[in-house]
Amino acid sequence: MHNISVQMEHINKSFGALKANEDVNLKIYAGEVHALLGENGAGKSTLMNMLSGIYTPDSGSIYVEGNEVDFSSPKDSIKLGIGMIHQHFKLVDILTAKENVVLGQKARKKMDLTREIRELSDRYGLDIDPDKKVYEMSVGEKQTLEIIKVLYRGAKILIMDEPTAVLTPQEISRLFSIIRNMKKQGCAVIIITHKLNEVMEISDRITVLRKGRSIATVNTPEVELSALIEMMVGKKVDLAIKREKTASRNRLLVMDGVEVLDKDEKAVLKNITFDLSGGEILGVAGVAKSGQKELCECIAGLMRASRGRIFFQDENIVGRTPRDIIRLGIRMGFIPEDRLGMGLVGSMDIVHNIVLKDYQNQPGIFLKKEPCIRKAEKIVESLDIMTPDIYTPVKKLSGGNIQKVLLGREIDSDPKVLITAYPVRGLDIGASYRIYELLNEQKKKGVGILFIGEDLDVLMSLCDRIMVLCQGEITGIVDPDNVTKEEIGFLMAGETLGEESGNDKNN
Amino acid sequence: MESFLAAVIVAAMPLLYATVGEIMAERVGNLNLGVEGMMLMGAVIGFRAGLATGSPLIAVLGALAAGGAGGAIFALLTVSLRTNQVVTGLTLTIFGTGFAGLVGRSVVGVPLPLSVQEAFGNTAIPLLSDVPVVGRMFFDQDILVYLSFIMVIAVSFYYRKTRAGLNARAVGENAAAADASGINITLYKYANIIIGGALCGLGGAYMSLVTISAWQENIVAGRGWIAVALVIFASWKPGKAFFSALLFGALSIMGFRLQAMGISISQYLVDMIPYVATIVIVIISTHKNRKEDLPPGDLGNAYFREER
Amino acid sequence: MIKITKKTALPRRQEILIQIAAIILSLVCAGVVILCMGYDPLEAYYRILEGSVGTPMRIEETVTKVIPLTIVSMGILVAFKMKFWNIGGEGQIMMGAFGSALAALNLPDSLPAPLMLLCMMVSAVFFGALWAFIPAFFKVRFGTNETIFTLMMNYIAIKFVTYLQFGPWKDPNSGGFPKIEPFGANAVLPDFFGMHSGWILAVLSVVFVYVYMNYTKKGYEISVVGESLETARYAGMDIKAIIISAMIVSGGLCGLAGMIQTSAIEKTLTYTISGGYGFTAIITAWLGRLSAPVVALVCILFAMLLQGGSYIQVSMSLPASVADMIQGVILFFVLGSEFFMQYRISLRKKSSSKKEVA
Repeated sequence: MHNISVQMEHINKSFGALKANEDVNLKIYAGEVHALLGENGAGKSTLMNMLSGIYTPDSGSIYVEGNEVDFSSPKDSIKLGIGMIHQHFKLVDILTAKENVVLGQKARKKMDLTREIRELSDRYGLDIDPDKKVYEMSVGEKQTLEIIKVLYRGAKILIMDEPTAVLTPQEISRLFSIIRNMKKQGCAVIIITHKLNEVMEISDRITVLRKGRSIATVNTPEVELSALIEMMVGKKVDLAIKREKTASRNRLLVMDGVEVLDKDEKAVLKNITFDLSGGEILGVAGVAKSGQKELCECIAGLMRASRGRIFFQDENIVGRTPRDIIRLGIRMGFIPEDRLGMGLVGSMDIVHNIVLKDYQNQPGIFLKKEPCIRKAEKIVESLDIMTPDIYTPVKKLSGGNIQKVLLGREIDSDPKVLITAYPVRGLDIGASYRIYELLNEQKKKGVGILFIGEDLDVLMSLCDRIMVLCQGEITGIVDPDNVTKEEIGFLMAGETLGEESGNDKNN
Repeated sequence: MESFLAAVIVAAMPLLYATVGEIMAERVGNLNLGVEGMMLMGAVIGFRAGLATGSPLIAVLGALAAGGAGGAIFALLTVSLRTNQVVTGLTLTIFGTGFAGLVGRSVVGVPLPLSVQEAFGNTAIPLLSDVPVVGRMFFDQDILVYLSFIMVIAVSFYYRKTRAGLNARAVGENAAAADASGINITLYKYANIIIGGALCGLGGAYMSLVTISAWQENIVAGRGWIAVALVIFASWKPGKAFFSALLFGALSIMGFRLQAMGISISQYLVDMIPYVATIVIVIISTHKNRKEDLPPGDLGNAYFREER
Repeated sequence: MIKITKKTALPRRQEILIQIAAIILSLVCAGVVILCMGYDPLEAYYRILEGSVGTPMRIEETVTKVIPLTIVSMGILVAFKMKFWNIGGEGQIMMGAFGSALAALNLPDSLPAPLMLLCMMVSAVFFGALWAFIPAFFKVRFGTNETIFTLMMNYIAIKFVTYLQFGPWKDPNSGGFPKIEPFGANAVLPDFFGMHSGWILAVLSVVFVYVYMNYTKKGYEISVVGESLETARYAGMDIKAIIISAMIVSGGLCGLAGMIQTSAIEKTLTYTISGGYGFTAIITAWLGRLSAPVVALVCILFAMLLQGGSYIQVSMSLPASVADMIQGVILFFVLGSEFFMQYRISLRKKSSSKKEVA
């Protein structure tokens, strides 16, 4: 058997109240390709960030080549031969490939540089033009450059964070052959991913993380896809969230063949067709970056659909300004990972944040704050928001309370359609349930709710139907009462369901 | 004509030093609007050092130290204490102006000792100065002019061919990438800003040691601000800075020449040209988007690696 | 090793304490420099006070400085609230002064004073606003950097007025030094309560900006845009329009200050009329944390410092530039103190040494 390259034992890491990694164990051998699999928020990146020296574990030990190590900065881990290739490349655009490789390194003889790069390229099958400027490179080339950078610094253990997320199929095959070459050279490669098919194709062993814990480590040739999914999502937990049965009302929102392009003209949403009626909660499931944000922004008018139509009460709203869409009664509350980034003004108090959506409907040049003050008091009370007063700047509140303000504001405006994305991100159980209650109240009032969430158990308990997004496309719209959690997991991974049961595209 | 050309170089010197100095600060990502202040500090300290010791060398060193100190204050505030760069730079200018006025008060009108004056007089370089037209212009000048040629070449070389220069550029372009490559951001910023400040100080001292050979309040008269503009005009490149400084040096003495030649265009309209030209450059370069001519990517941004 | 982490926000009281500590520290530091120059710092500080508010005459002088400084600071405040770095205050003042002179020198002398003054004000505000509009337009349309643009516009404006003063607008009766024709009597701001009525405009500007920023929709939008473009977008705001309108207000206010300086102080147009207020206003606006009443207070203090500085020159033969230096030092310390309000420095011990695995 090969020797152990890296061993992480009983790793614990918390950020405030959030336990990102709990008693995680991992063993990596030299010469293997090891996949770290898990849903969004499972703790994969956090774990690897500790290996690469960006974070330090709260407890537990890390061993590299048999010796226990203690990193205080990325430099330490680089010295031990660990190279991390991040999802967002750390390259300087206006410099050439050669210059980027050599950045921060002690000067060896200039002549050797080109030769060394050439040698690395040949050894690993990497194709790079050393004199090309980074801003002229394709995404695949940039990734290759990152790999060379890491190899040049003598990495024997490579960590790749979602490497195929930004590649074309051809580039993905090239990447895989590069990875195979590295294996042959005795390197250990750890791939963080949630793409099951790729994991099956390239990895030797898989470790599955779920909700911060390591669930199991398996040999790839011996495992079934369905077993993997079950490990990733776990068995269904009954959360006792009431699902109100309401009479079905008219269709409020219809999306028909919508396509949205990002600024690089890549399609982030493809052929989106679904409808949302009043009095229902339509859940949206999917791994991170499957297009949820773009879906929200598209409906809210912040991103323009390049194809297709969006009907709100029989009126096509594609191309309308966000202001118009707010006026029509469509409210969108998106909680981004950094929470404050969008939707709230941190330095302003609750009252002024309420004003944000409200003020346009007020006539005249002056802000009328009294109605907002009353609303603020109402929201603080009904949602039990912990704040010294309604005049405290929002950024001084704890994360959960910030979300309550955001959601409270959207709900309070009497929307017809409410789009809420990750509303319970980081909230404790009590606060989360309060949010579900609120959503149910809105549903009873006849509001159409689009609920984008991370927790499948919650989605299955709360929602009337669940739409699954994968890589910008709808892989299925299902009835939670007639489908298993694993089946949803399949849809999230991009597979299609075998049988027709539970598949409900046309409501 | 030849004397005009020679005068152009003299007019260009303060601009050249200051521009290259500011380029160094901006290329590591820090916009230092304190150039005028640093120039004044350098001018006054350089002058007083020369006055007190009679040594041209001490005068130059004094100017470098004063400018460097100004740069150090700026670096301390904007790099370590993360203050707003624009406000801090302006404050440095106000401080520098006040400081220079205060320190220079007692030596207004006092002439420099002969030893210093002679040291900064013209020394012709044999052979080269006999070249027609440009000979006298470039090679029959004072020692600080020759030093400036070396400076331009050295700084250019620094950025284009050395590791340290490459790392410095990375810091200014994309601090996160530089940090991930193991570069010590703080060290590079401090070093480049301080050296840049020192050069600005020397640029100011050129006025008090060479051009006017005396001290007057407001001796720099806004050249620091022109230098800030020239940095953009020169696309942050020392080589281009050389020609930019020459051009604007020429423009600044153009008005009188034109009048002498019988063309009556107000010197003040001519004075406007550098600024209008800079605006045009700024508009074009943002629009043209030729990556190499754009400002350093992280210019104006403070950097820190933060835990979640 | 040293670890720097962001603090959860401090209560307001602590923040103020830190700032006061910074100011005291800076006065000590500046005092040391003065001492090194051979003067008595305590005497210097006393004289500054004496020179700025010691006699009614000196108070008037101080107020003369407070007025333009306050109005310009209000203008800068509006722009900075939006994170639009308007360094072009000097130029906007200048062009406002130009506009005011344009009206004063070209409209008939027989025009009744109130009307004339009104025309001058409108013209000044127009030109000041125009001078701010240009960089704003380019920023919005092409994304050009406003810091450099506005800075350059300063110099163009100053050179333009210099050109006028030495060229086409030169008064043939001026004798030795080129001047522009003095304004007619109807173009001079009358006194009101012992001071030229510019002070009314100063007070009005503070009130206006305070109300504008805190109670109107436009002011609210400016604050949101300044804080987070994403959030502004999300709320459906028209960001381009907001930037342009804010800059028009900013430049207009500076232009108004220019009008006051031409009408009440110089009673003509000169190329020194902006007097550095455009730059000082940046400092005062920042120190006042972009809150209108606080900025006004800071302006009063700064004007006292400026006036006291010129008095020191006479009474102690300390150059007036000592005021500049003190200003600079105070600001350095206050700027630096912000850091201690936002971040906590802690030491992190490196964990115990490595051990071998069996």
